[in-house]
Amino acid sequence: MSDEIKMVDIFIMGKRYTVPETLTIMDGMEYAGYQLKRGCGCRAGFCGACATVYRIAGDFELKVGLACQTKVEDGMYLAQIPFFPGRKATFDLEEIKPSTAHFAQLYPEVYRCLGCSSCTKVCPQDIDVMQYIAYIQRGDFEKAADISFDCLMCGLCVSRCPANIVHYNAALTARRLYSRYIARPDAFLAERTKAIEAGECDAEIDALVNSNQAKLQEMYNTREIE
Amino acid sequence: MAYTGKLGELVKKVEESRASRVGVHYPRMSQEERQDVLEKFHPDYNPNGFRDIKVGVNKGARMPVEMADVFESWSRLRDTKLDLNADPDYDVDVLIIGGGGAGASAALEAYAAGSDVMIATKLRFGDANTMMAQGGIQAADKENDTPAIHYLDVVGGGRFENVPELARALVMDAPLVIKWLEDMGTMFDKKDDGTMVTIHGGGTSRKRMHAARDYTGAEIMRTLRDEVLNKGVTIVEFCAAVEIILDSKGRAAGAVLFNLETEQYLIARAKTVIIATGGSGRLHYRGFPTSNHYGATADGLVIGYRAGAKTIYADSIQYHPTGGAYPPQLLGLLVTEKTRGLGATPLNIKGEQFVYHLETRDVESSAILRECDERGLGVPLPTGITAVWLDSPIIELIHGEGTVEKQLPAMMRQFQRFGVDIRKEPMLIYPTLHYQNGGLLIDENGLTAVENLYVAGEAAGGIHGTNRLMGNSLLDIIVFGRRAGRHAAAVSKEASTPEGLNLDHVEAYHRELEETGAADGRVGPVLLPHYTHR
Repeated sequence: MSDEIKMVDIFIMGKRYTVPETLTIMDGMEYAGYQLKRGCGCRAGFCGACATVYRIAGDFELKVGLACQTKVEDGMYLAQIPFFPGRKATFDLEEIKPSTAHFAQLYPEVYRCLGCSSCTKVCPQDIDVMQYIAYIQRGDFEKAADISFDCLMCGLCVSRCPANIVHYNAALTARRLYSRYIARPDAFLAERTKAIEAGECDAEIDALVNSNQAKLQEMYNTREIE
Repeated sequence: MAYTGKLGELVKKVEESRASRVGVHYPRMSQEERQDVLEKFHPDYNPNGFRDIKVGVNKGARMPVEMADVFESWSRLRDTKLDLNADPDYDVDVLIIGGGGAGASAALEAYAAGSDVMIATKLRFGDANTMMAQGGIQAADKENDTPAIHYLDVVGGGRFENVPELARALVMDAPLVIKWLEDMGTMFDKKDDGTMVTIHGGGTSRKRMHAARDYTGAEIMRTLRDEVLNKGVTIVEFCAAVEIILDSKGRAAGAVLFNLETEQYLIARAKTVIIATGGSGRLHYRGFPTSNHYGATADGLVIGYRAGAKTIYADSIQYHPTGGAYPPQLLGLLVTEKTRGLGATPLNIKGEQFVYHLETRDVESSAILRECDERGLGVPLPTGITAVWLDSPIIELIHGEGTVEKQLPAMMRQFQRFGVDIRKEPMLIYPTLHYQNGGLLIDENGLTAVENLYVAGEAAGGIHGTNRLMGNSLLDIIVFGRRAGRHAAAVSKEASTPEGLNLDHVEAYHRELEETGAADGRVGPVLLPHYTHR
């Protein structure tokens, strides 16, 4: 690191460390000497392993972010929430339907939403969480699936919910119901699957598998491109 | 404005030359030039990056130095006494090591076949490269396409070095995999009538890339995980396998697990074992940054190799030309190929283009390395590394204002989080370690040379030859995860409880290490990367 880089004080679970201001929270923890086990995953904002709560000294507001996607700030007091004991309802997808009756059996707490919007405020992906809960309540699984799609299942919404809703699991169930029962199946895909299982594609591919490299190379170089 | 100080000065050169570069066609390399830049600059051609491994079943095989280092290492159990034949901590039919897409697929199939299944995984269930795959998954499920046409793309892309039976299994199972996922409620991009939306990928001759927005891997992973949880399969998280256990007949019979949190060893006895531990980008070959998951440290390769499974194409690594380089938070992050597809060009410190922007991944990477290393025309960064510009704002000049926001929304968000507006400011990029083309050799059921030991996913090798095409990795993990799960379940049904559990192979490996002096003080597998950012 060159001299240009400014150092800041961060407080990892209350303990002070001085780290370069250019680092993410995750890198800052490693700079401080941690070898992360919990609270670290893809390091690219896809997996939701590194949900973090923080507050800046002098401020009263609790903020949240993904440790791999949030830069350290001077006076940052932080703690990770690497696991949250949210409930997951188990189900057999073939036995349920996209109906409020079925959904209420799996996740009855969804219908107890207080409308406080804490979940939406806390979402690091900027998803309107409370809105998709509302769609689920109304049985509009298509809209719920659509707007919840970018969810990383980090669990921050659940940590703030006064009604004990497990939003991310409810949303995943909604998306699976939508995809299984409301979106139409691909008709040709079903046909192709049957053809393969019936051995109808064997001859064409075995001819290739049994070809020598020169022949394959020629076919490859002259193949038609859509 | 993320670029201040010296970078702020340098970015002006890019801005100054931008207008004069629009519409100017930079020449493609000739075949000779391509070969030349590859041989001189592609890491796979650099003899210093490789050495021959001195021990084990593939003694003499060429490997990246960093991989050979973890292969030539002492067992973590070297000074530990374990009673392998006491009551085990876990006793199952099928033990799956690794909780990514391959492991989850294997678990579902083995469960469906009536096996008692357990997944042991180093981090959380679902923490894997699968989760990070954005682009898509290939399958020949359109009328103008067939598995045979897909096969030709796979082997041509793989430089005709693929194991034919494995490539055949890959493409023949592909539509079955898409159907399986569709039935499971995976939210693929579809038209109103249910038809899957498919596009081209690099090296495809038909539009067969299926996607779930730009979260394809994440959508597949969370669906598979949810289904595994629905089935009540035993999941043991934060427990890494540190050795495969064999029985008195030399067959796989379980694994020694290490609880990362309590630092205790646990014995899992099993009739069959499936290694699904993924890749090795976090070994940072030649010091390269990586687009890989935190857990990609080659654990399964190491313990599988010690148990007697052979490697194939261990010296073939895929580098993606455009990994993020700056701001430092973006180091190694994948910058999608679409950015160049829309016209963004690599530029050197003078703001000059030095390579056609759509050469193949290996050639483009090599040209960037040449610019930074040999020519010394890279952009020096405050973090101590060099990089080149990728002029994203030119996209707006070529295709009109608003194109970046519309076509590259995820990329725009990723950079915006760290203060770079890629509509107005160029990106800084450097090649990133992306994929391990080879791995442990399997047959079409995922079985290795060791009886009852299977491998599935990125840890397996032979399927893609020495170059994998985009969209065939998400496919491969599910195809071979399912095949391994089914076969292991069938074998387990016929097998009795393993007896005479031992680590004799580890002792034998140690003797080889002693004779050759190869291990130095190294212990493996490494399990977790160690970063200090200093």
